[in-house]
Amino acid sequence: MDALLQPVQQLLGPTLFTLVWTLVKIVVLLAPLMICVAYLTYAERKIIGYMQVRLGPNRVGPKGWLQPIADAVKLMFKEIIIPSGANKGLFILGPVLALGPALAAWAVIPFAPGIVLANVDASVLYVMAIASMGVYGIILAGWSSNSKYAMLGAMRSAAQIISYEVAMGFALVGVLMVSHSLNLVEIVNGQAKGWAASQGLGFLSWNWLPLFPMFMVYLISTVAETNRAPFDVAEGESEIVAGFHVEYGGMAFAVFFLAEYANMILVAALTSLFFLGGWLSPVGFLPDGMLWLVAKAAFILFFFLWFRATFPRYRYDQIMRLGWKVLLPVTLVWLLVLGAWMLSPFSIWK
Amino acid sequence: MDFTAFVFYFLSAILVFAGLRVITARNPVHAAMFLVLTFFTAAGIWVLLQAEFLAITLVLVYVGAVMVLFLFVVMMLDINLERIRQGFWSYLPLGAMVGLLMAVEMSVVLGGRYFGLEGAPGPAAAPANYSNTKELGRLLYTEYVYPFELASLILLVGLIAAIVLTLRKREDGTKRVDPAAQVRVKAADRMRVVAMPAEKE
Repeated sequence: MDALLQPVQQLLGPTLFTLVWTLVKIVVLLAPLMICVAYLTYAERKIIGYMQVRLGPNRVGPKGWLQPIADAVKLMFKEIIIPSGANKGLFILGPVLALGPALAAWAVIPFAPGIVLANVDASVLYVMAIASMGVYGIILAGWSSNSKYAMLGAMRSAAQIISYEVAMGFALVGVLMVSHSLNLVEIVNGQAKGWAASQGLGFLSWNWLPLFPMFMVYLISTVAETNRAPFDVAEGESEIVAGFHVEYGGMAFAVFFLAEYANMILVAALTSLFFLGGWLSPVGFLPDGMLWLVAKAAFILFFFLWFRATFPRYRYDQIMRLGWKVLLPVTLVWLLVLGAWMLSPFSIWK
Repeated sequence: MDFTAFVFYFLSAILVFAGLRVITARNPVHAAMFLVLTFFTAAGIWVLLQAEFLAITLVLVYVGAVMVLFLFVVMMLDINLERIRQGFWSYLPLGAMVGLLMAVEMSVVLGGRYFGLEGAPGPAAAPANYSNTKELGRLLYTEYVYPFELASLILLVGLIAAIVLTLRKREDGTKRVDPAAQVRVKAADRMRVVAMPAEKE
């Protein structure tokens, strides 16, 4: 690879080369992500269809495989209507601010040892900081639409995302405690050590087992953070029509859609990295590799779809109760247990 | 001008512009959004100073949580520009005094060379594997552990005080939900199965 790039580097000079090469890497990262987003919508409709004894989309292309493409073309050519009372600048800024963080967070996600756009030391903090900005898209969209339903959806979403971020952060503190690092690569490498890993049973040494309560809290919080069913009160089509994006149509709506699904894939990948050993192979006789990370993320994403097909929507006060009075105390207690465990002679993280 | 200086001036220009817009924007929501931009750009400048932990925490806490709640409140306000501008002249003397004080403080910092700042030694360059975050954590939890715990305790007191101030139990028959009672409920509490003979015509 380096030998191939040498002539290009000489042609462009070092500064320009770094810029161009980084841009190329970003495109190589984001183009497959967008395709994944498109086919995640297809998978969602198919899987929920089968769960509800329907066929799902099956008209466009063989078995409906071209359905996402048809959807994209349709949304692209639809007119974007800006309501007359809307705050035009912020109305357009809303979708952009929703999608931007969902894509920017991918900069520090490692796919395999060495395959990462930026190996930052504080990558966990970076991901949390960037992900916490996604809520602005929703709030601005809700406010600038100048509509009651959109405003209600935005307020619900803001309160919900901030509440669950707390539980999510505390669940991550447990992961940071056992891995002694804020670096995602180090966190994954830390899960490859231990007695079980040396016996060829790697999946027992991953964080999900010793940190099981944290894993559960994190999984539930991610569903709430991405505004997915059963926590999708921000959309709540039965009571507030479509919540924050009720006034959006065409590509502006599609960008919100993209952001939601890109966020889903992001949190699925993060859950795999934090708790399911990332690219590590579950058993000793199979090699580690990027495919494991993809498989684990797909497994978590299936849960997201499964939840949506299974659970009824939470009532708003129940969401708040679950976040503050159930998930947060669980993480606090387990942090104390974990601290005592790590200091005791039975610690498995020596 | 090397690349770092270029980034610094670029971020500073945005920072100053956004900061000005915070106080000149007519719409409070716009002002709040410019404040978000200000925080974000300031975090960028902190990263340039190799304080990546503080920079990311600034984004995480202020941009991600505090400003969201701030926007929340601002959006709920009935924005009446006439009323907002009413108090301008009565607050002007106080505001001007604060502004003047800040200008004096800034001039002290910026005019460092009159106080022999150039003679002071600069900080030594950190080695490549130096982790700012780790050092900060070590200091906070060893040397400054008591002040740190005390600060968190004060925050906790503030938190509980805010809850106590807003929490009022009303006994005048307000409907409220007791989740524990809801969970404990059994079918026998709500429903009575009556055995009766089948009726014939």
